[in-house]
Amino acid sequence: MPLVLPLLLAVVLFCIGVYGVLARRNVITMLMSFELMLNAVNLNLVAFDAWRVDEATGQTLAIFVITLAAAEIGLGLAIVLLLFRGHGHVDADAARDLLEREEAS
Amino acid sequence: MTTALFSVAGAVAVLAAVVVVVSRRIVHAALWLVLALGAVAGCFGALQAEFVALVQILVYVGAIVVLVLFALMLTKAPTNPLPELTTRRSPFAAVVAAVLALILGAGVVLAFGNEKIKPVTDGSATAIGTQVFKNWVLPFEVLSVLLLAALIGAIVLSQRKDSAQHEKED
Repeated sequence: MPLVLPLLLAVVLFCIGVYGVLARRNVITMLMSFELMLNAVNLNLVAFDAWRVDEATGQTLAIFVITLAAAEIGLGLAIVLLLFRGHGHVDADAARDLLEREEAS
Repeated sequence: MTTALFSVAGAVAVLAAVVVVVSRRIVHAALWLVLALGAVAGCFGALQAEFVALVQILVYVGAIVVLVLFALMLTKAPTNPLPELTTRRSPFAAVVAAVLALILGAGVVLAFGNEKIKPVTDGSATAIGTQVFKNWVLPFEVLSVLLLAALIGAIVLSQRKDSAQHEKED
């Protein structure tokens, strides 16, 4: 198998995730796109591990990344629920409490 | 043989991922995410990383997607199609993603265009467990502390303020 096959698949998945993060409005769909990007990274790790026939270093790192993704989605969804409780929506574009408005002078 | 398997799983993953980011129904997007993550698990299997594939199915499909569905339920996500789910700047987002894909893809092909891999079976739980407890003990422990911190953080964040006040009054 050529090495570029998994690498290109990872590139495509990562860019689909980038598109999702930039184009989606609902925060939960943005989190789903984050998961796609993390999966692309995992694919890279496993592919390079299969390339340099090593003692499963890349796969160990992939397991670590999966654990990190679980922690990230747990915290992210807690924040999303907090946003929903405070504002009644989960719209990333409408959540602009920290927006700095230009003072009209 | 592995190349064919990998290509099929990869094509399924890409198609499902595209549906995840363009679907107008949120719940459908979450369910397509199951297919995308499962197909990536199939890719791991084709690369002979069986333990990673199993963990992927257990953690991603079993836990993360269920969490996402729970969050959709708790935020009263509508099940009907929502045209406004994608912002007006989505063409710009598509351009950014396409340019990024071009740059990354060109870099990958230039750097690794001629390399071949022949996956060997070293992805068993034994190999990974040996690796974790031989070379990666400290990161492993740090990761468990991180998981604990995330757990406590999620509990603190999702606590209701008024229930804390009730406790004070009692």
